[in-house]
Amino acid sequence: MEGLRELYQEVILDHSKKPRNFREIENAAHHAKGHNPLCGDRVTVFVTLKDGRIEDVSFQGAGCAISTASASMMTESLKGKTMADTEALFGRFHDLVTGKVQRGEGTEGLGKLAVFAGVQEFPIRVKCATLAWHTLRAALSNHQEAISTE
Amino acid sequence: MNVSGESSVVGARPSPAKKLSFDVLRIRQDFPILKRKIRGKPLVYLDNAASSQKPKAVIDAITRLYSEDYANVHRGVHELSQRSTEAYEGARLKVRRFINAGSEREIIFVRGATEAVNLVAQTHGRVQVRAGDEVLITTMEHHSNIVPWQILCEEKGAHLRVAPINDRGELILDELEKLLGPKTRLLALAHVSNALGTINPVREIIRMAHQRDVPVLLDGAQAVPHMAIDVRELDVDFYAFSSHKMFGPSGVGVLYGKEALLEAMPPYQSGGDMISSVSFEKTTYNRLPYKFEAGTPNIADVVGLGTAIDYLDGIGMEAIGAYEHELLDYGTQALSEIPGLELVGTAREKAAVLSFTLEGVHPHDVGTILDQDGIAVRTGHHCAQPVMDRFGIPATARASLALYNTKAELDLLVAGIHKVIEVFR
Repeated sequence: MEGLRELYQEVILDHSKKPRNFREIENAAHHAKGHNPLCGDRVTVFVTLKDGRIEDVSFQGAGCAISTASASMMTESLKGKTMADTEALFGRFHDLVTGKVQRGEGTEGLGKLAVFAGVQEFPIRVKCATLAWHTLRAALSNHQEAISTE
Repeated sequence: MNVSGESSVVGARPSPAKKLSFDVLRIRQDFPILKRKIRGKPLVYLDNAASSQKPKAVIDAITRLYSEDYANVHRGVHELSQRSTEAYEGARLKVRRFINAGSEREIIFVRGATEAVNLVAQTHGRVQVRAGDEVLITTMEHHSNIVPWQILCEEKGAHLRVAPINDRGELILDELEKLLGPKTRLLALAHVSNALGTINPVREIIRMAHQRDVPVLLDGAQAVPHMAIDVRELDVDFYAFSSHKMFGPSGVGVLYGKEALLEAMPPYQSGGDMISSVSFEKTTYNRLPYKFEAGTPNIADVVGLGTAIDYLDGIGMEAIGAYEHELLDYGTQALSEIPGLELVGTAREKAAVLSFTLEGVHPHDVGTILDQDGIAVRTGHHCAQPVMDRFGIPATARASLALYNTKAELDLLVAGIHKVIEVFR
């Protein structure tokens, strides 16, 4: 139960049940679709920019608790960020969930996203945690085709 | 080539008395992997529709062949080549008898059920299907019985038609019958659905198709491990299945085809073993079944499949079917009592597959939490996305049972699902 509680922390469960920014941004300049063909998770990320910073970011889709919570918490942590900030945050998040950094260390700047440290113990779930992020990056680079975890 | 007679290689069928007893605890002793622990807990393996575990007899047969008798088949005059050939062809005779085919010429060894379907699509299909023709499949097919036909139809300018299913996950026979038209060149369908467990009334369907001169291919991958198959009684034209789902090694499968159809088909792949003579002007193809077995085959794993058949014969398919049905009833009852759990696939005729969704919890999360207790289930779309679309769900969790599963394991599954509910409450 220990590892499970670590993975399914209260805040993750809360975001998976009540995802924030779960909406479409009409006519968003940047949007992309992401798909994990292994589990069927699908996400669409919408982004609007203003003066080189993320003005608004939202998502829609259906997925597991980890992917939904990750998408929800991602949208909360990105408003006002520059492209460089966003890339840096993704890098730190990726290092965290893939276990490149140990929990408790190197999590500065991750804020609430540090709760995803539990994913380290479940390598098969890394793709769930990063799907929304990969989709966000695709949206920002105006990727036309749906991106896939595979 | 000299193939040993059936009697010396295959042995007699088990006696009826033996078939009546079913001692699951003794059967479990035959499967070494069932003794292992996952995170300190006993393995509860409920992912048999994806692949089954192997009895020691199968593992030993492969080791023995490599340790004692291995050489290439159908070639050398030397002792080992003859012994390997005898073992390999002996397995073909076992398969022939196991599905009651008329002749060993009708048993083609391939890599798996997927390759068997592809073989038929690329040979029979390519010759028989023309522009404007139709190939009929069903909503419940595994991707491996969809995509080969889609590719064929695209190439030929033909149309893929799909027979619908009802809310229980059963084929709607009236609709299927209507779709069998003058342009239908082939009907390809699952004998048993991997995602839903539905056992299709294939005898009736084959009769329906044959009345309109439409040949039928059955994807038997999910049927063969659970019930006795008699291809002649079914009068099926092609029957495809995999070794790895029936307690044999992976990498081997079987295509059964009626001899007349196989004779008329062009070769699939070309190379060694499938020819009888080659010059730069003209190649004469080998006779059946070798025409469809180009190159050195998967000798040891075919021998392993033969041993898996011996193993199943030793228990008896009727006894296995009856025991699994008891497990299915028990599991269906137990899962139905869990609040928020919905079974997907409730056909009246069903194999031991329990596909389900849990309210408010994604199947992937169900799978991760069950795995913590050593319970292996499959989560996802089960390579049957059209089935998921039909039920309007992205995925299910699926417990698929086999002859070595027990009611106690189903109790552990139920306890595990309650734990999932607790985590997500």
